[in-house]
Amino acid sequence: MKSLLDWIDHRTGVFQITKSVLFENIPGGSRWRYVWGSTLTFTIFVQFVTGVFLWMGYSASSGDAWESVNYIQNEMTGGWLLRGIHHWTAQFMPLLLLLHLMQVVIDGAYKAPREVNYWFGVLLLLLVLALSLTGYLLPWDQKGFWATRVATNLMNLVPFAGPEMQKLVVGGTEYGHHTLTRFFALHAGVLPGLLVLLIVGHIYLFRRHGITPAEPVIKRNAYFWPDQVFKDVVACLAVTVAVLGFVLWHHGAHLGAPADQSEPFSAARPDWYFLFLFQFLKLPFFAGENEVWGAIYIPGMAVGLICLMPFIGRWNLGHVFNVGIIFVFLGGAGALTYLAKREDVAGPNSAKYLKAVLDDARDAHRVTALAKDRGIESTALSLLKDDPKTQGARLFAQHCASCHRYDGHDGLAVELAKAVPLDELEKRTEMTSRFFSGDAVHPDWLARQSSTNEWQTVRSLLQVKAKGPFDVIASTKPKDAPEAPDLKGFATRQWIRDLLDPDKYISARYFGGTAHKDGDMYKKFLNRKVRRYDTEDHIMLDAIAVALSAQAKLPGQAADDQSDAALIRKGIEDLKDNIGCIDCHAFGEPDPDADGPDLTGYGSRQWIVDFVKNPEHEKFYPDNNDRMPAFGVKKILTDKEIGLIADWLRGDYFEPPAADPGH
Amino acid sequence: MASAEPDTPEAVGERRGFIKFFCAFIGTLISLVPFGAGIWSYLNPLAKRDSGDGGDGFIKVTTIDAIPADGTPAKFTVVADKVDAWNRFTDVSIGAVYLRLVDGLPKALHTVCPHLGCFIDYRPGNNDFFCPCHNSNFKLDGVLVAGGVSPRAMDPLQIDVRNKTEVWVKFQNFQPGHSHAVPIS
Repeated sequence: MKSLLDWIDHRTGVFQITKSVLFENIPGGSRWRYVWGSTLTFTIFVQFVTGVFLWMGYSASSGDAWESVNYIQNEMTGGWLLRGIHHWTAQFMPLLLLLHLMQVVIDGAYKAPREVNYWFGVLLLLLVLALSLTGYLLPWDQKGFWATRVATNLMNLVPFAGPEMQKLVVGGTEYGHHTLTRFFALHAGVLPGLLVLLIVGHIYLFRRHGITPAEPVIKRNAYFWPDQVFKDVVACLAVTVAVLGFVLWHHGAHLGAPADQSEPFSAARPDWYFLFLFQFLKLPFFAGENEVWGAIYIPGMAVGLICLMPFIGRWNLGHVFNVGIIFVFLGGAGALTYLAKREDVAGPNSAKYLKAVLDDARDAHRVTALAKDRGIESTALSLLKDDPKTQGARLFAQHCASCHRYDGHDGLAVELAKAVPLDELEKRTEMTSRFFSGDAVHPDWLARQSSTNEWQTVRSLLQVKAKGPFDVIASTKPKDAPEAPDLKGFATRQWIRDLLDPDKYISARYFGGTAHKDGDMYKKFLNRKVRRYDTEDHIMLDAIAVALSAQAKLPGQAADDQSDAALIRKGIEDLKDNIGCIDCHAFGEPDPDADGPDLTGYGSRQWIVDFVKNPEHEKFYPDNNDRMPAFGVKKILTDKEIGLIADWLRGDYFEPPAADPGH
Repeated sequence: MASAEPDTPEAVGERRGFIKFFCAFIGTLISLVPFGAGIWSYLNPLAKRDSGDGGDGFIKVTTIDAIPADGTPAKFTVVADKVDAWNRFTDVSIGAVYLRLVDGLPKALHTVCPHLGCFIDYRPGNNDFFCPCHNSNFKLDGVLVAGGVSPRAMDPLQIDVRNKTEVWVKFQNFQPGHSHAVPIS
């Protein structure tokens, strides 16, 4: 064995090199404050290794990027761990860079003859930030897409050649395939190549000039091996443990919904280490054409000042000035970061920001589930666009929610908590809680006591100190009162049974906001007859509700409809012969004399589609339609869009198994 | 017999000028060839111009009936064919516009903030537009509310009503960050 090693050493000199590396003299011995350079080198090594393996699964095109990252994260064996390590290590690197920079400046390690090495370090810092920026876009999710648009639009401000530079970076006038290929080439090729070159130069110059001892030097000199190596390894271990902790906590790394330039995203934010710049640009001084100062000139001058520190340090008080400047920069950046975060979670528009985060998470989970269930035929985005649960709700919010409601909201609420006690609710509205917790509650969102139908803002509930428990949704109260029925559970047994209750019929939940509250259904039937019904009559109404609901063939009620066949037959008998529904409604066959909606197939997909297309059709309300637009006839919505709304209302869409850990 | 030792570096420095020049010049030149080819292709976006679809640039977005009659703005997705490098996509969303009725006539505003390109939100509670990134506020007609950092108002888009009810919008993007709207082309 020894002869083999000797042979290798003779041909390569590797042991000599190793020896010279390990037995570097450290004036004053090993110190914990010297570990940052080594931890950074280690994290860069981690990023190279995980990056190359990620590369093996990644596809840089606008139709494949999100899809391939989703595959890595959710399908590939160990993919979540790989991506998680890459992502969370990247989150730690700016912190380590700052610590390293602070140590260098405080110890005066930028002074002669180490100026060039210091500049190498500053360049390395900028390169790592550029790597973070380019990597942010690669998943092609909403967050990365919108945040990178902001970053690349900043290039547009560069004097003389801004728009051209932006076009080169983006790869054209539109964000697409070439944006990704260019960003990926920078992220995985150009920048890492430069990084390696600079690191080699940085370490070479570091070895050439030796370590700058932290004053005062009180301990005796020692070699790099083993004491300093031991401290470095412990620091790297700490970083690894911290990274793995985050990876396990988040089961990898966040992947938002696929990028969609037609959908708003109110939570477009850069990564945490760029938040200070993001917040900086909000300052009124940088309004209008002054923006270039906040975006280009001042950050450029700050970097320039950092680069000039070796010369400033030559003056009598230069070093003190440099240390002061570093603390001013870090303090300012820290304060701006805090303000940005605080504004997001407790500012005047935080409800919208936090809701956007939740919407994104909901859509991301949804599209992941759809991709898992049916595969991706064209793009993940098209899965969402064709998904009734997603697109039906969006269309309802846009076209229907000005009059209708869906469980008291516009159809886009995110359910947050069931039966949460008041004390807990109060805690979840606290800023610190929202800062750190993913399931927090904004005071402007809605909550209701479990036994009521009335949603109120969390804020008003807290003010009156109402008794809990509460259900909570992320949705703000619509501006106007509802003017048409709440369609949550439309055509279900319970929905129809409540419709047949005179008081509920004229409530805001049903027809209280419409002209139908004064129509024959209420006046001649519900108010005149049903109010006098005895128990036996109500049992008939129960059966009619079951029978009518069966007409809808709702997927969620299929089993009940099958087991209640006898009850349904009785309900149809009652509907036809005993209660007199067919005096006003057609059922089973056309009835030209009917003046109420045809109950044949009531609540079925075709019934809803036909109704939404034209509520004034002779099957529905030919003479007494109250303001409902003919969405199909007037071409407000396409047939496909109406179908999506119908499927969403009926709950006729794919749902992943409840036990699926991915959801 | 010739000496086995090469000339000293100093001695080499005094002669064979042409060979040294050849090495430096040609060596540099051939090293630049791959960079030149790469940079030439990298500059491709500057050489490309949008050829357009040969039409007038207007895209049918919706019908007048779909726009709230009370003057509230509503977001509409702009769907069109799109060429993305080597792909041609049919009927995909290429952006969005806000439409609202003013005296019965539709008006269109771009949804992208002229500041840095975020998606502007409509806030029903405040009945205004709001950029969720850097907090610029805009009135319903797109005018910038004082104090906002945006360099200009929201970008209006040309509208053409065809066949009495169809709303066609000349959809185009503009460079952000300038006090005047410069179309991106």
